[in-house]
Amino acid sequence: MSSETKQILTTDGIPLEVSLKKAERKNKIKAFLLVAPLLLFLIITYVFPIGDMLFRSVDDKMVTQMLPKTFKAMETWDGQELPDEEVFAAFHEDFIKLVEDKREGKLSTQLNYTKNGFKSIIKKLRRKSKSFEEGNYKEQIMSVHKRWADVEYWRAIKRRAPEFTGQKYLKGMDMYVNEEGKIVSVEEDRRIHRVLWLRTLEIAFFVTVFCFLMAYPIAHLLATLPMKYSNLLMICVLLPFWTSLLVRTASWMILLQQQGIVNDFFVGIGLVADDNRPEMMYNKTGSYVAMTQILLPFMVLPLYSVMKTISPSLMRAGKSLGGTPFVAFWKVYFPLTIPGIGAGCLLVFILAIGYYITPALVGGASGTLISNQIAFHMKSTLDWSFASAMGLMLLSGVLVIYWLYNKLVGIDNIKLG
Amino acid sequence: MALKKDFVKFDKVDKSYDGKVLVVKDLQLDIEEGEFVTMLGPSGSGKTTCLMMLAGFETPTNGEIYLDGKAISSIPPHKRGIGMVFQNYALFPHMTVYENLAFPLRVRKIPKDEADKKIDKALSMVSLQGFASRMPGQLSGGQQQRVAVARSLVFDPQLVLMDEPLGALDKNLRESMQYEIKHIHENIGVTVVYVTHDQSEALTMSNRIAVFNDGKVQQLSSPDELYEKPVNSFVAEFIGENNTFVGEVSDISGGKCKVKIANTDILANPISVKGKGEKTKISLRPERALINPTDQMDNIHSGKIEEVIYHGDHTRVRINLLGNNQFILKVPNSSANLDIKLGKDIKIGWNSEDARALDPS
Repeated sequence: MSSETKQILTTDGIPLEVSLKKAERKNKIKAFLLVAPLLLFLIITYVFPIGDMLFRSVDDKMVTQMLPKTFKAMETWDGQELPDEEVFAAFHEDFIKLVEDKREGKLSTQLNYTKNGFKSIIKKLRRKSKSFEEGNYKEQIMSVHKRWADVEYWRAIKRRAPEFTGQKYLKGMDMYVNEEGKIVSVEEDRRIHRVLWLRTLEIAFFVTVFCFLMAYPIAHLLATLPMKYSNLLMICVLLPFWTSLLVRTASWMILLQQQGIVNDFFVGIGLVADDNRPEMMYNKTGSYVAMTQILLPFMVLPLYSVMKTISPSLMRAGKSLGGTPFVAFWKVYFPLTIPGIGAGCLLVFILAIGYYITPALVGGASGTLISNQIAFHMKSTLDWSFASAMGLMLLSGVLVIYWLYNKLVGIDNIKLG
Repeated sequence: MALKKDFVKFDKVDKSYDGKVLVVKDLQLDIEEGEFVTMLGPSGSGKTTCLMMLAGFETPTNGEIYLDGKAISSIPPHKRGIGMVFQNYALFPHMTVYENLAFPLRVRKIPKDEADKKIDKALSMVSLQGFASRMPGQLSGGQQQRVAVARSLVFDPQLVLMDEPLGALDKNLRESMQYEIKHIHENIGVTVVYVTHDQSEALTMSNRIAVFNDGKVQQLSSPDELYEKPVNSFVAEFIGENNTFVGEVSDISGGKCKVKIANTDILANPISVKGKGEKTKISLRPERALINPTDQMDNIHSGKIEEVIYHGDHTRVRINLLGNNQFILKVPNSSANLDIKLGKDIKIGWNSEDARALDPS
């Protein structure tokens, strides 16, 4: 035992490990320098924005910083009755400062997220506050509007006190913290996000299934055809890749619209009546068709790369041993393509779950996905923290799927090409 | 039960892939039941195509193949009941050895206990007991090869086809596997059709060898006959080592012919020459020519030693003889032959019977 643990020395008497490290150091530095640009790029374009997004989704400092004195004074308030003069005075002080900085509009937007009705009363308060007298702010503020005398609104303000909040995530699930501090769902007719999440999963799932059903035979052909035909077929598969996503989506719009080519054809062969043309666009059908076509190569390529490695003699062996062509396929060929199926399905599903342009253009109201909602909040409502929260929910959903896949199939089984 | 003479019969089989070139031309071949027949030939000679037609993966363009008296062209591969060993074994990589062997039994719906017995028997035949739960990837090349052999035999087929099964093994392993397969064949008496381009493999293992070239069977005979009595110059040159002389027949009489080579006449055994004036190629095995001939050989000529290569048990001597400077002799390394030196002139003799005058091509 002692001889094994004894340090081995080089002929010059330097410990072997030290000598080895010294010899490898140069190579290690070289290797690191080669990777450094990519690493830097990833940190700047990936780690940093995602981290910022994660932070933004829970960050609620804005209101905290706009009403510092108010929240300080509210610390002792139990929230049962209206707060006392001290709180009102602090609020008045904060508010005057905001008005001077012309930031009271932002406050009203933020508070309005928490409870509807803040916008108008803050506007009114701004007008009236100019003629406020010193002292007794409680009376003066409460006389501006009856809502200022409503304890509910003060509770709403207090709920914005913490610097961090998970309420955007709750909102993404159509839930909120009610007055008693419990997490409850919003009323049935206002639940828009849950429907969207389910629809996103549904569309992503079926697009994956359709892609798989169409890609499997194509990939098989690609892998088994002689070179000159398979090259041509490969170009056909890749051609959509070389075309702009927008152009492809637009051409589907031309094909699928009610006066479009597909409908004309159906009418032409007498499948549907001219005055009863089916709507194939601005609904789920449109999303299915266009997304399947666009994501198809992502399924074909991993499948192809796996099938290419399966020796044709395996199928022959299966047949020569007495298996019918179907048995040989099902017991021999199919199990060997599972790594490709896994890779393709994972890829297509993950891409589909976050798909944006295509559903926005051909999906209509019933074919839009969660990412369209995210974009809506990014661009229209400017509620970036909510958009970030939903983006992160999407990301964690993808990670869950990845984890599930790893549990079921094993991620080292995956083969992307 | 008498063994059938034409258990497998190729009857006037032609095969073309592109409609322009015939890969197999008018193949006529009978294989006896229980026989070990090897199809031997250079690559592209059509031997593998013949095997694939027999297995059912290729269809004959013309003609018919009979197995046990039945025409099989219209029978799909999985109903032919022919075992097959593929070039790269074609073991199912996602199944254990047991599952690989169970596959042909399962599709035949053989009950599990009976199947287990058959699998045990097959594995012990290739001495791989205890390997049943391994995956093919955990086996060495030789072991995979033996699993492939066991799998092709486990469902008791009447006929087993082997397509260059030893091609991927190293030399030592290949040789030991040759004997192993030969013994398995002898023990269970199954008919084997074996394809290889390795002539020593063919000579060691087979009852009969069909030498393929250019889509045709050049000669079908036992290994010794093939080696000793090749019927044409392709077979003579393809099998074993060979010394050749190209010349013209100057006389033919009494089972011998005179062939004029570089102004000298040598005596030869007329195999495919009929008359005077014909061009011919004479084939002579290196071990049939002797240096310092003392006995009554009817061909004695002298040549100059050009090269001496030591081979341990024998020495290869290259001699310039009658204008052919590629004439090879194998001289046993005995003390009597120590005087072989480069540049020396020596006398070489052989019997005219061993010099076979074949077609000139």
